[in-house]
Amino acid sequence: MIPVCAVADLPDGEAVRIPGEVPIAVFNAGGEIYAIDDTCSHQDASLSEGWLEGCFVECPLHAASFDLRTGMPTGAPAKKPVRTHEVTIQDGVIHVVPQNQEAVV
Amino acid sequence: MRSIAVVGASLAGLRAVEELRTQGFDGRITVIGEEPHRPYDRPPLSKAYLTGTCATEDLRLADAADTDELAAEWHLGVRADSLDPAARSVRLSDGTEVVADGIVIATGGRARPLPGAEGLAGVHTLRTLDDAVALRADLDASTAGVVVIGAGWIGAEVASTCRTLGLPVTVVEASTTPLARVLGATMGAHCAALHTDHGADLRTGAGVASLTSTGFGPWKRVTGVVLDDGTHLPADVVVVGIGMRPNTEWLAGSGLPVDNGVLCDAGCVTAFPSVVAVGDVARYHGPDGPVRHEHWSNASEQPAVAVRNLLAGTTIQEYHSSGYFWSDQYGTRLQVAGHPAGADEVTVVDGSPHDRRFVAEYRRAGTAVGVLAMNNPKQFGRLRRQLRAGAVPA
Repeated sequence: MIPVCAVADLPDGEAVRIPGEVPIAVFNAGGEIYAIDDTCSHQDASLSEGWLEGCFVECPLHAASFDLRTGMPTGAPAKKPVRTHEVTIQDGVIHVVPQNQEAVV
Repeated sequence: MRSIAVVGASLAGLRAVEELRTQGFDGRITVIGEEPHRPYDRPPLSKAYLTGTCATEDLRLADAADTDELAAEWHLGVRADSLDPAARSVRLSDGTEVVADGIVIATGGRARPLPGAEGLAGVHTLRTLDDAVALRADLDASTAGVVVIGAGWIGAEVASTCRTLGLPVTVVEASTTPLARVLGATMGAHCAALHTDHGADLRTGAGVASLTSTGFGPWKRVTGVVLDDGTHLPADVVVVGIGMRPNTEWLAGSGLPVDNGVLCDAGCVTAFPSVVAVGDVARYHGPDGPVRHEHWSNASEQPAVAVRNLLAGTTIQEYHSSGYFWSDQYGTRLQVAGHPAGADEVTVVDGSPHDRRFVAEYRRAGTAVGVLAMNNPKQFGRLRRQLRAGAVPA
């Protein structure tokens, strides 16, 4: 489990990137916290820098859009989903439970 | 319409096939591609592919399952030699004749060669996968260093990649400020500064007089570049990035108006309603006259409109270019949207060019017409959306 930041430090519409071998992006979409792989499945770009609209983040490079709840792309140019990760909040701090590498579809 | 031939099997050609199926065309689709390869993505060729961090498989634009789903007939490694719109016929270089009710022209373009450099080993242009394979092999063996001719997007990316590979690089640019035509002199200079930041030798206002070489016949190999002022720049690899020419020669005698591209109306339809053009080769009627775009987004977005009009038999939708393109150089991401070239005012609205992290807005007569960002994708995304919302009628 990785501590990310205080809930209060991630306002609605913002995202934070957890660096690592497989970086993870954590979003606050309308008060709901989501975590997905940070790297777009289409081409190297950081989704934490993307545009958030409802439950969807648009990749900053080619405008591929991903559903934060499922990791599924909504259409071209991305075809593969990104992984989603479990989020828990403990004492006002966001924690992410990274999904195992083996679970990649 | 029961059969459609798509001439060109790169991004725009593939998107046209995908759009035909998405928009409900269930007839026969024939795709003709001059290169032997299945559709692949070009942007990584000057960057990740050249450094070896991206493999040929990673470039593929459609996997086997995607391709099967499109149910098209592929003629790869064959060139289209001529078009007869009245007979609805495309003649191929292997003698085959493809007859189709509708034609999508997506033949792109080819790199402009440097006059006098034909057949000289070590001199490269970069447009295709085969070009990238050949350049990579020469870079791996380079000891004397690289001269890049042209500081446009391709030239800048190749120079950056060569620096990543640890090679000495000189960039030779004819104009006084690289990219000034697209971005204006001030922003062009900020972008060009990335070269000197990272140890590349940038020579602006410099013309190429000749190339020097050693050996003879097929063993003739480049040894350097002589500039107009007599300077000799030693190099065992020379990369020429001085633009492209649209592939339209095969349309000679077809009756299709051609002038620096295939001329079409605002909906990418040519003088023949059954023939449309998309991607780098399409010179369509834009808001300020005929225009051709040579970027990835155009090739990706234009086919949806062209195919809609082809299937309708007339122009029912006009194409509006987002003008979006990006370039990765020296670990810096540059992003452009809209049409900055037409602006009379440029303002940095976030960050600072000196920190190499900023967003600039371009205005014409007070109206936003373009956005440029360096290492600032989030603010770029915001302004790009505003621009799109303002410029394109909903």
